Amino acid sequence: MEMKSVYLAIVLAPLIGSVLAGIFGHWMERKIAHIVTIGGVAVAFLLSLLVFQDTAINGNTFNGNVYTWMVSGGISFHVGFLVDQLTAMMLVVVSFVSLMVHIYTIGYMQEDPGYKRFFSYISLFTFAMFMLVMSNNFMQLFFGWEAVGVVSYLLIGFWFQKETAIYANLKAFLVNRVGDFGFLLGIAGVLLYFGSLDYAEVFSRTDGVVGQTINIWGDSEWSVMTLICILLFIGAMGKSAQVPLHVWLPDSMEGPTPISALIHAATMVTAGIFMVARMSPLFELSETALSVVMVIGAITALFMGFLGLVQHDIKRVVAYSTLSQLGYMTVALGASAYAAGVFHLMTHAFFKALLFLAAGSVIIAMHHEQDMRNMGGLKRYMPITYWTSLVGSLALIGFPGFAGFFSKDAIIEAVHASNTAGSTFAYIAVLLGVFITALYSFRMFFLVFHGEPRFLGSAHHDQGEEAHEDHGIHTAHAPHETPWVVTGPLIALAIPSVIIGALFVEPMLFAGFFGDAIQVKPEHDVLAPLGANFHGIMGFILHGMMAPPFWLAMAGVGTAYYFYMMRPDIPEAIKQRFSGIHALLENKYGFDSFNEIFFAGGSRGIGGLLWKFGDTKLIDGLMVNGSAYGVGKIAAVIRHLQSGYLYHYAFAMIIGLLTMLAWVLYR
Amino acid sequence: MDSSSNILSLLIWVPIVGGLLTLAVGDRRGAMGRVTALAFAIITLLISLSLWNGFDRSTHLMQFVELIPWIEPFNINYHLGVDGISMPFIVLTSFITVIVVIAGWEVIQDRNSQYMAAFLIMTGLMNGVFAALDAILFYIFWEAMLIPMFIIIGVWGGPKRVYATIKFFLYTFLGSVFMLISLLWLYSESNTFSILAYHDLKIGMTAQMLIFFAFLLAFAVKVPMWPVHTWLPDAHVEAPTGGSVVLAAIMLKMGAYGFLRFSLPIVPDASSELDTFMITLSLIAVVYIGFVALVQQDMKKLIAYSSISHMGFVTLGFFIPFMIFKQSGSMEGAAIGVEGALAQMISHGFISAAMFLSVGVLYDRLHSREIGDYGGVANTMPAFAAFMLFFSMANAGLPGTSGFVGEFMVILGSFRANFWIAFLAASTLILGAAYTLWMYKRVVYGKIGNDGVAGLSDMNKREFLMMAILAAAVLAMGLYPAPVIDVMHASVDHLLQQITISKL
Repeated sequence: MEMKSVYLAIVLAPLIGSVLAGIFGHWMERKIAHIVTIGGVAVAFLLSLLVFQDTAINGNTFNGNVYTWMVSGGISFHVGFLVDQLTAMMLVVVSFVSLMVHIYTIGYMQEDPGYKRFFSYISLFTFAMFMLVMSNNFMQLFFGWEAVGVVSYLLIGFWFQKETAIYANLKAFLVNRVGDFGFLLGIAGVLLYFGSLDYAEVFSRTDGVVGQTINIWGDSEWSVMTLICILLFIGAMGKSAQVPLHVWLPDSMEGPTPISALIHAATMVTAGIFMVARMSPLFELSETALSVVMVIGAITALFMGFLGLVQHDIKRVVAYSTLSQLGYMTVALGASAYAAGVFHLMTHAFFKALLFLAAGSVIIAMHHEQDMRNMGGLKRYMPITYWTSLVGSLALIGFPGFAGFFSKDAIIEAVHASNTAGSTFAYIAVLLGVFITALYSFRMFFLVFHGEPRFLGSAHHDQGEEAHEDHGIHTAHAPHETPWVVTGPLIALAIPSVIIGALFVEPMLFAGFFGDAIQVKPEHDVLAPLGANFHGIMGFILHGMMAPPFWLAMAGVGTAYYFYMMRPDIPEAIKQRFSGIHALLENKYGFDSFNEIFFAGGSRGIGGLLWKFGDTKLIDGLMVNGSAYGVGKIAAVIRHLQSGYLYHYAFAMIIGLLTMLAWVLYR
Repeated sequence: MDSSSNILSLLIWVPIVGGLLTLAVGDRRGAMGRVTALAFAIITLLISLSLWNGFDRSTHLMQFVELIPWIEPFNINYHLGVDGISMPFIVLTSFITVIVVIAGWEVIQDRNSQYMAAFLIMTGLMNGVFAALDAILFYIFWEAMLIPMFIIIGVWGGPKRVYATIKFFLYTFLGSVFMLISLLWLYSESNTFSILAYHDLKIGMTAQMLIFFAFLLAFAVKVPMWPVHTWLPDAHVEAPTGGSVVLAAIMLKMGAYGFLRFSLPIVPDASSELDTFMITLSLIAVVYIGFVALVQQDMKKLIAYSSISHMGFVTLGFFIPFMIFKQSGSMEGAAIGVEGALAQMISHGFISAAMFLSVGVLYDRLHSREIGDYGGVANTMPAFAAFMLFFSMANAGLPGTSGFVGEFMVILGSFRANFWIAFLAASTLILGAAYTLWMYKRVVYGKIGNDGVAGLSDMNKREFLMMAILAAAVLAMGLYPAPVIDVMHASVDHLLQQITISKL
């Protein structure tokens, strides 16, 4: 039972830090606020390593309840922990990235008046994320799910004076709520058909549910399993920003950069991936749901990548890259290669957090300028940021040997081997996506770090709409490398971005690292043939260098270099030549305008209509005041009975009541 | 369980006597009046806590029963008692009274003692409604409770208070009259006014239908259900803050309570026959009113509409079991609907109170309820902004707050009845978040909107205290609802058993 107290400590340490900094922050120095929160997360990180050792290496898993939340209708709802290999991996990733982001924040938010509030929020987020990944039941999963959503809302709107930020955070919350709407219905379906919300109970009862159907509309019978899985996946689409619920993620970049790294790249947005992997025993039983997952993922992976090509804001490029990579993970889930999806989740967490924090480092150096058109040549000013960015970019494009190479290659191979409906389309999408990924990544890399500096001597250039208003100072002096609290985390994240893939590719994909945490039907197991051909890391790398993804990635880098370093007139010409496509990309395929007009405008329209006509005209006007008017008309005739004296009325009421009583009692 | 206990009488009469004493002390002796009021409110709360502690959770039978013959020729008794359905609301009422007294402490300048006295007297009467087991006694409390509320809105209300009070009074009174007729009919059939005796009374279908609609008029107006809801926004807008708090937190619950104490057990066959009708009305309340709330410009109106939408979950949860029973032939899993509805009632007591108090805090400073008159309040009132955010999230049903518990349970229950009912009910996840957080955005976030907002001062200690108490309640019930739900089990199970037995 002593591990249970370790689990509790992991959850509570960041919560305590958050409460101290949040509620008592008023009486605290800044330094104390960051010490208590960093301390809490550091404790959680060390204990997570302990749990990882205990679970992943010694093979001890835990499933137990902490307390009974409620009992109703014969069903118990618990708060409890399930700690298996999947959880242990998530714990280490979340706590490590969170710790790095905490430290980084000291540098990034240095001058911000909301310093303590920010630390309180990110610690609270860490707590919520732990609750999500450690849950052993759907109810607590939903709690963590919504709680990370709220903290995300708070952090996107952290600079609450900025109109774009408070628009973005409301949008993020509402779009996520659309996903949660499906998710909650899925949970209700689980409860009805499985009779429990406890993971272990639910997974053990799948046999009784597989053949069942439900009548949703007309005469068509739906498989219960498909319905439940698709509803749950709608939740994942919201949180993990899959098309068409992806619209909130690019806007979430209005928040400070540290949280873009922590929440909107490394951890929270991967909650949907984690959830589907956790539910693998359910998703395995619905071919239809797996196909839906795969196709949605493929669309996201490819089409969001395109958008990264036309962005000028450095953070937005990384944001679209995140969307595209989340698509990759989702495709893996659809191909039943859950382990590959989760493996990519892990490698992505490190290198994407690194890329975001590096972008943040650039933003600091540029005095909160985010437009890449005003950067360039930063290599010589900030070497650490440069080299770590290079590591992150190489990992992202899947350069052989780097972390992303192993996970992305595994996904592509898995999709290739998959027989799920839609896998051909998905395969083409992820393959093409490799080229696009390399192109936008190195477009950004070259525009920021290479070429001629475009910031010198233009003190009064256009700031760009995303530039942070509070820090609109453009000093003449040259940018310089950021302090160690910023570069330290960059280096600390660069290391796993290189080695983590090689380290874990064999255990996670082929050697059954996840044990029973992930369950795959034998006929769906696309990773098994890959494993049969796996002969060590070097073999994998060599094989990778001869496969199309590698050459596509190299072509992407080459194209980026040619377009943006040697012949910048070419992309310009393409833009002119294909202005229609360019406009489509600029408008992000029109999702935002459609939502704004159709959903936001439509809801307000319906609301206004119901209020003005339903409530005011029909109910109040016709029924209430109408009957009052009618009564008035009649009363005009019998007004002679009205004397205006209260006691007359009271008397009349009593007489009436007595008559009624008498009639009822003595009839 | 002490059979000679008179704790329920104390809960009725202590606040009423306290109110009269407060009146007697008056405003001439400085703060003496309100100190008296606060003392009696706290004493009432303490008594109600001993009611909670002494309550036996294992039985559905009435507890703390008091039975004294009153008007013997008509067999009318002073008959009190509580079960797991009514008891929590007595505690809630007593709790809210303390909050209301604190809220009105220095805000009500005009006739402060009379204001406090009205609330205390109303508390006693409302406790009476929940405790009464005699139909006439119930009816007296039910009607009498309107008088203090009528006075509170009429004396301390806004500029259009006369229209609002008349609308409020006529609406609720009209409904009640039909209830009285039904009660008299039931007496003529059974020769008793005992509500519990009515539970066992055989009634024909036509009579059941008529009685159901008579009760429906009384209770639907109070809840309020669509389409008899339009008095509520008007009443809230004109009521002083304390009036709004009691109206939303307690009075709306009376209608819902009436369904459980009267409609369902007395006329179960009619209730079962009309379940689709009632569920439809409830869903209209959830969805239609959700859209209407979205476009409100007045904060109090918005919260009033939000209340109607949330109360839709309550009536939905009450009638879901009938549909489940018809489909599966058993009440298995139906309790979660009713218990969820009850949890929603209690939670809404906390959250709506907190939301109205939040508006009150702003109104006291700028004397406007218009969303457009604010903007950027977080800049000048950070502590208030934090509290209001918490309550807004609770209002949007965030897990970990009490607002989640009831909605979650009712949605789980309604999925068992029909997928589309759950679908429509769950739309509140989106709508509730949209109207609440959009209001929050426009009022609290952003740059400082005008000079008024620039000059705002953050909450004082008294305001902080009342917000903190409510926040603690919302959080506690959200993190650990078991104690509240456990109290209800025996009574809800009994009720579900009762309504499966036909009375025809």
